[in-house]
Amino acid sequence: MPGDSRMHRLSPEAKLVAVVAVVVVIAMTPRRETVAFALYALGAWAIIATTKIGLLTYLKRLSVIIPFVMFALIVPFIGGGESVYVLGVSLSVDGLWATWNILAKAGLGATMSIALSATTPVPELLHGMTRLKVPRLLVAIIAFMLRYIDVLVEQLGRMRRSMVARGHDPRWLWQVKPIASSAGALFVRSYERGERVHQAMLARGYTGVMPTVSEQRASTKEWLAVLLCPFGAALVLTVAVV
Amino acid sequence: MHAPDGFLEPSVAIITAVIALVAVSAGVRYAGRELGDRQVPLAGVAAAFIFAAQMVNFPVAAGTTGHLLGGALAAVLLGPWVGMLVVSVVVIVQAVLFADGGLTALGYNTINMAIVTAFGGWAAFVVLRKLMPRTSAGVVGAGAVAAGISVVLSAAAFSIEWLFGASAPVAFDTVFGAMVGVHVLIGIGEAVITGLVLSAVMASRSDLVRGAAHLSDDELNATSRVGFRPFVIGSVCAAVVVGVVVSQFAASNPDGLERVAIDNGFEESATDHALDSSWFSDYATAGISNESVSLAVAGVAGICITLLVGGGVVSASRSTRRRQTA
Repeated sequence: MPGDSRMHRLSPEAKLVAVVAVVVVIAMTPRRETVAFALYALGAWAIIATTKIGLLTYLKRLSVIIPFVMFALIVPFIGGGESVYVLGVSLSVDGLWATWNILAKAGLGATMSIALSATTPVPELLHGMTRLKVPRLLVAIIAFMLRYIDVLVEQLGRMRRSMVARGHDPRWLWQVKPIASSAGALFVRSYERGERVHQAMLARGYTGVMPTVSEQRASTKEWLAVLLCPFGAALVLTVAVV
Repeated sequence: MHAPDGFLEPSVAIITAVIALVAVSAGVRYAGRELGDRQVPLAGVAAAFIFAAQMVNFPVAAGTTGHLLGGALAAVLLGPWVGMLVVSVVVIVQAVLFADGGLTALGYNTINMAIVTAFGGWAAFVVLRKLMPRTSAGVVGAGAVAAGISVVLSAAAFSIEWLFGASAPVAFDTVFGAMVGVHVLIGIGEAVITGLVLSAVMASRSDLVRGAAHLSDDELNATSRVGFRPFVIGSVCAAVVVGVVVSQFAASNPDGLERVAIDNGFEESATDHALDSSWFSDYATAGISNESVSLAVAGVAGICITLLVGGGVVSASRSTRRRQTA
């Protein structure tokens, strides 16, 4: 996502390490340390605020955790152990804590991921991963995937439009065949595209390893600034537990 | 299936992350041996294909749609190692770039959605294709049923991780029953779609299908074609049989435990009828029998909610599309 906030300008590898570290600290926090979670939330929202992505975008991207939140909401009704009565309904106390645990950790974890992905252009993130010694083959595969997702999704869209133009409107499982066939055709086309791209790469001197463009590494100052977040979170956790 | 952060205990997250890391690096090595210098473009574009295929919505019933998960499909098309690598890449990208699945949950998400589905699906496929005729239709049928099985295996893998790292006081039996039950239904859809996609690829470029590499040209061209309708009916029957067997297996355990608990409870309440403590023993049985009922209720409610929400969203998007085009 384009933008020019302080978060956008930070080096990608520093951001990636910091976000992973913060999420690990959050995931390790015992569920009953509500004050710690409140402090994390303040910190996470402060970070989201500095990214200037807007509340609506943030909430939209946060919605991916909804399926598991639904599960979390069922837990107090089916959980065992000691129970409390709320409006005449028996709820498991441990189950309520579990709901809180999942909601808090999933929400905070997703918030941090959003702060990272919303402020880091994909190529930069991939360069950052290379500099963090993520295997280059893996990074190259991810880069290719991201490069071709849009191409393939558009191709699918074209196939779908042409089917709709011919009166295709499936509603039931037994009408599924044309869509599945188009997915099969998409696989063949993708594979052939991969082969063509490979030949084009060979023609341009590809040796099996992607060349890396040297870019500025994160400065020590940047590392220090960014790692304040996980250290802060770890401090909160230590104070809360001790 | 994209579990968020904190869904399982940190210890399980760490162990599964280590396992996933080892598996993915082995995948990079073995896939490289198979594809050579074509690895980067082919695996990359195949990963984009799986990602795109997961976005295709298939109709299930009036307004409800499902989508492909693709682990077994990738394994049958590309072989288990490349397939596993490709789906792992999809899972990693979804977590890092789309916040879909937690970063600390990456270990168990990769295991459940990529490693178990690709290798479990491939194992089932290898066994099944021995049972089927050596024809294109045999490969398609084996791939379809293997895809259904892979989804159920994935649900079972999640339940086993839950056994070790549950973050909520819900019994393993309950999670196992609910997860496997729901995923038998999802598996039927996965089987049908995988079979159809495979048959489309087999019809045009059977040389690309890794799972059909053992067939000669004559066997590929053999016309023991299975029609579409018999195929769907057959796979639904197979799924129902599997579902019944699995649910019996899943239900037998809690049944046994509950019977014991209920017997104990009855005993106590029978002997201590006059005492206040019998009140508690009553409660215990009530709590336990409640659990099995609430399991059923939760399962049914889950399905209803999914159907309702799915139906609502789809019908809503349908009507707006109509209005826009009109």
